[in-house]
Amino acid sequence: MFGKLSLDAIPFHEPIVMITIAMIAIGGAAVFGLITYFKKWTYLWTEWLTSVDHKKIGVMYIIIAMVMLLRGFADAIMMRSQLALATEGSPGYLPPEHYDQIFTAHGVIMIIFMAMPFFTGLMNIVLPLQIGARDVAFPFLNSLSLYLLISGVVLVNVSLGVGEFARTGWVAYPPLSELGYSPGVGVDYYIWALQLSGLGTTLTGVNFLVTVLKMRTPGMKLMDMPIFTWTCTWANVLIVASFPILTGTLAFLTLDRYLDFHIFTNELGGNPMMYVNLFWAWGHPEVYILILPAFGVFSEVISTFTGKRLFGHHSMIYASGAISILGFMVWLHHFFTMGSGASVNAFFGLATMLISIPTGVKLFNWLFTIYQGRLRFTAPVCWTLGFMVTFSIGGMTGVLLAIPGADFVLHNSLFVIAHFHNVIIGGAVFGYIAGFAFWFPKAFGFKLNEKWGKAAFWFWISGFYVAFMPLYALGFMGMTRRLNTTDNPDWTPYLHVAFWGAALIMVGIACQLIQIYVSIRDREQNRDLTGDPWNGHTLEWSTSSPPPFYNFAELPKANEIDAFYAAKRDGEAYSVPAKYSDIHMPNNTATGLVMGALLTVFGFAMIWHIFWLAGVSLVGTIVYFVIHAARDDQGYMVPASEVARIEGEQHKILASVRNAQANTPVNKLEQA
Amino acid sequence: MSKKRYPRFFGFLALFSMLLLSGCDYTLLDPKGHVGVQERDLIITATLLMLLVVVPVIFMTIIFAWKYRASNKSATYTPDWAHSTKIELVVWLVPLAIIIVLGYVTYKSTHALDPYRPLESDVKPVTIEVVALDWKWLFIYPEQGIATVNKIVFPANTPINFRITSDSVMNSFFIPALGGQIYAMAGMQTKLHLIANENGEFDGISANYSGAGFTGMKFKATATSQADFDAWVAEVKNSPKQLATAEYTALAKPSERNPVELYSTVTPNLFQIIIDKYEGMKPGKIEHEKKEVAGMEGMDMGKHSAAQAEE
Amino acid sequence: MSNLVFEGAKGHDHGHDHEHDHGHHDAGEMKIYGFWIYLMTDCILFASIFAIYAVLVNNVAGGPSGHDIFELPYVLGETACLLLSSITYGFAMLAMHKGNKSGVLGWLFVTFLFGLGFIGMEINEFHLLISEGYGPNRSGFLSAFFTLVGTHGVHVTSGLIWMAIMMYQVSKNGLTSTNQTRLSMLSLFWHFLDVVWICVFTVVYLMGTI
Repeated sequence: MFGKLSLDAIPFHEPIVMITIAMIAIGGAAVFGLITYFKKWTYLWTEWLTSVDHKKIGVMYIIIAMVMLLRGFADAIMMRSQLALATEGSPGYLPPEHYDQIFTAHGVIMIIFMAMPFFTGLMNIVLPLQIGARDVAFPFLNSLSLYLLISGVVLVNVSLGVGEFARTGWVAYPPLSELGYSPGVGVDYYIWALQLSGLGTTLTGVNFLVTVLKMRTPGMKLMDMPIFTWTCTWANVLIVASFPILTGTLAFLTLDRYLDFHIFTNELGGNPMMYVNLFWAWGHPEVYILILPAFGVFSEVISTFTGKRLFGHHSMIYASGAISILGFMVWLHHFFTMGSGASVNAFFGLATMLISIPTGVKLFNWLFTIYQGRLRFTAPVCWTLGFMVTFSIGGMTGVLLAIPGADFVLHNSLFVIAHFHNVIIGGAVFGYIAGFAFWFPKAFGFKLNEKWGKAAFWFWISGFYVAFMPLYALGFMGMTRRLNTTDNPDWTPYLHVAFWGAALIMVGIACQLIQIYVSIRDREQNRDLTGDPWNGHTLEWSTSSPPPFYNFAELPKANEIDAFYAAKRDGEAYSVPAKYSDIHMPNNTATGLVMGALLTVFGFAMIWHIFWLAGVSLVGTIVYFVIHAARDDQGYMVPASEVARIEGEQHKILASVRNAQANTPVNKLEQA
Repeated sequence: MSKKRYPRFFGFLALFSMLLLSGCDYTLLDPKGHVGVQERDLIITATLLMLLVVVPVIFMTIIFAWKYRASNKSATYTPDWAHSTKIELVVWLVPLAIIIVLGYVTYKSTHALDPYRPLESDVKPVTIEVVALDWKWLFIYPEQGIATVNKIVFPANTPINFRITSDSVMNSFFIPALGGQIYAMAGMQTKLHLIANENGEFDGISANYSGAGFTGMKFKATATSQADFDAWVAEVKNSPKQLATAEYTALAKPSERNPVELYSTVTPNLFQIIIDKYEGMKPGKIEHEKKEVAGMEGMDMGKHSAAQAEE
Repeated sequence: MSNLVFEGAKGHDHGHDHEHDHGHHDAGEMKIYGFWIYLMTDCILFASIFAIYAVLVNNVAGGPSGHDIFELPYVLGETACLLLSSITYGFAMLAMHKGNKSGVLGWLFVTFLFGLGFIGMEINEFHLLISEGYGPNRSGFLSAFFTLVGTHGVHVTSGLIWMAIMMYQVSKNGLTSTNQTRLSMLSLFWHFLDVVWICVFTVVYLMGTI
């Protein structure tokens, strides 16, 4: 009746886990309590949970990303402290089977449940605005994607308290991840969490590609699109091309584990090497999916805060395209040591190295944007400059690893760990944080506190170097990854230093949380009244902050790069149209939430082999969707008078700001 | 002995850099085997080539950001300057040039350092068969007829031909002081060729996570003189333990941090037997033989009956 | 598949919504465009299954190979069902463009029957193999075979369920523009599965028997 599930699944004997569960329960209860106390359930339901508005969905994605950052970072601090303590024969404080789940969860959470949602959230909020659209192509699908992500998040977090997580590393290679060597539910949690959230991501990819190809404001040619939109578009191309491979690979592993297939097993003719190939055929594009939008953020930030056009707009687009296409041809560099032979290894090594060329082009383009500009050192700029230095080092170590002969001694060592954290933290994470600070005013109507933002930056970047430079050294000292204790006395000082680096990052994260609190507290002083707090170049800055729910009363004119900059230059910004029209908007719907919830139950049931429940929830999901589709909801019309009223209010605010400014002369282009 | 793998100039560069770093005790930068030395030189060469771009970029970042800060009103300000064909050419072509050089080095070294490539030497190689188990390493010396757990001894300045497999999940056989690693996978054999340039005791590990006992899956690799090696082989041959089938089955059961074991005899062909257990990994054998005989049952019970006793 | 918005011809006048028509095309067209992209992801999924099959095709682990278990005449019958069903779906679409509701329903029904026939034959084939001990757990080759052919079969079954729902919707509401859009998407899906089957039939059955 309950499959494999029983009370034994709860790890009563592990105090660390039980305390964590207790804290989560208390925290969750507190949140629920507060919402009830302030009677916000209806508001939450109608304004957020059932929303199909890309701006709201984007905010929810980012909230999830930040919560999962905390969970993933907790894993990181536990790993660093364990390794700092468990030196020279000492066992540390984490039982090895617990540690092995932690490093697996850390990787899965940071990549799939922190970085992916963070970029998806930024893309959701910004991209439709940048192309002058009123929403994405398929708003319902957008909501569904969010809830599929949440399904994955729920499953990963439930695994902490009910059962266990995988103990295979985030890549879950067979035969270790097969039933014979991993008989518990851990790998099943992994499979279903990734499968469900991966489905959501694939749908997002389709959604945003159609949005970009079909919903640009009239006159905006593809090559005129803002760079952030372009890098997200390339990322979406990578998503639709690579995520199906992950879907297939996880499905094959599922068949092996559930139905005794022999696709990747050692015995009876399976081939584990195939998993490695397929996994990385997805996995490598995945990391480019993570980095490209961050590159886009940096382009927007640098060009805005230097008061200059982005240098080499077209070549940026081509470079991103080259990175994307090449990104599909390099996957074998993750396993040069599997013995494919020199010709194969050389091909993939050379292909990998080629990617450094377009990446270098982008770096130089940013440099020449700064050149002869007027750079304002805001927090986003700090993150960008920090990125440029840090990513150069990380990219260099990547090219080094791309040489098979070098990789033979560095594969799976801490050098590799240092490299990918170098590029993911220094590249993707810095980019998302910069983007968060850059577009926060647009989403919420007030700016973030600069002081705490810069403090966060300095702690993050110093913490990064203190944590990861020792890991490069440890790689050279022959330390391999995924060890839960060490016994080489030469390694100990480096492991100690690395722990303090993680502690510095923790302070940085604390600064970010404080920043959010302080910014909300001081929001009236930091209001963004005009919608254009940074003197931006692209169309999202032409709307109010936050934008009206329909984004644009009238679809904006755009016939060159940096459409808003052009409008301001030509004196056409903020023009009031002669007449407002009715606007067609989609209705909210609970279907995404319900389907997500049912699929979460489905995933949980599959994990615990409660097959009747799995069947019921899967059928229920499909039935609910069919009913939703049959309803054929056509949305509703916003009357022109309502549009006029909302626009009128914003124009009044704009007018009052202009009057205030007229009394204080200032150089327009450089104004922050 | 061995040929130069790439132009002398890079060797000089490597030597120079090595002198700079010789103070630090970094295993990979102070290898004790010829293969490792070449891999180290490769790392240093590549790093120096890339620094040619990376260092200027980092400097330019800092300098530009400082010089063109908003408060510096004396700096030139060109808000609409966003394109320069000359700069584009330089930023596409200079990195391309460096990558071409690096690519050439890569191509050459990948072939030269192919783990499957036997080392050139006048000395007769020693063959060691390696079986990754949960969570220890079994070593079989087929020519000497002995076996060990978690310890190998071999003569210095002698090529060692490793033949590697696994009777469990994927592992990676790695002696960092001597050179690169290669995966150990069930049902198949991978090869690695290493040589020690001097006597010494080196750490050996698995470099691919393989489960609960992975952390303890370590071994010692000792290079000695030829005489000492012969003496050691003789000593092992006097060991009371023997690795027959029953012993092997017991050994293959999961265990962690195994102590060193020495076996005076070992089941003949044990290595191949272990590989053949996973006979499904060998594609095509039955298929091709059956091609001529249409209509016959696909089952062939004879050949693989031993291995058919699958768990 | 989105239910959304920006619907074209639903009987209201567009005099006042010029702008959203300029800004993007008819919602139906956009859905079909998006569906194409989804189909491409499905194509890549199938490509990964074909890759698995290619790698595992000779891993018979002492068991049967394709040569031993495939019966081409039977597979020809399956193929005929599926290909004919594509033709009949084509007739359904022609009827749709002519606004012929009963024609659509009729041809959809025939298509459904052919599809059901295909699935029935496939289930029968699987059942026979499993009962002889040649199920997917016998060898890597058989795992790959069942995965590839089975995944295609699951897709076809989903298409049949969708088709049944469409028949119901069309009979209840007629050939609304939403229904027409959805019929177009199902059409793409159905033909796509046909193309995949041709690849399956060639790579698995034909090449396996030679």
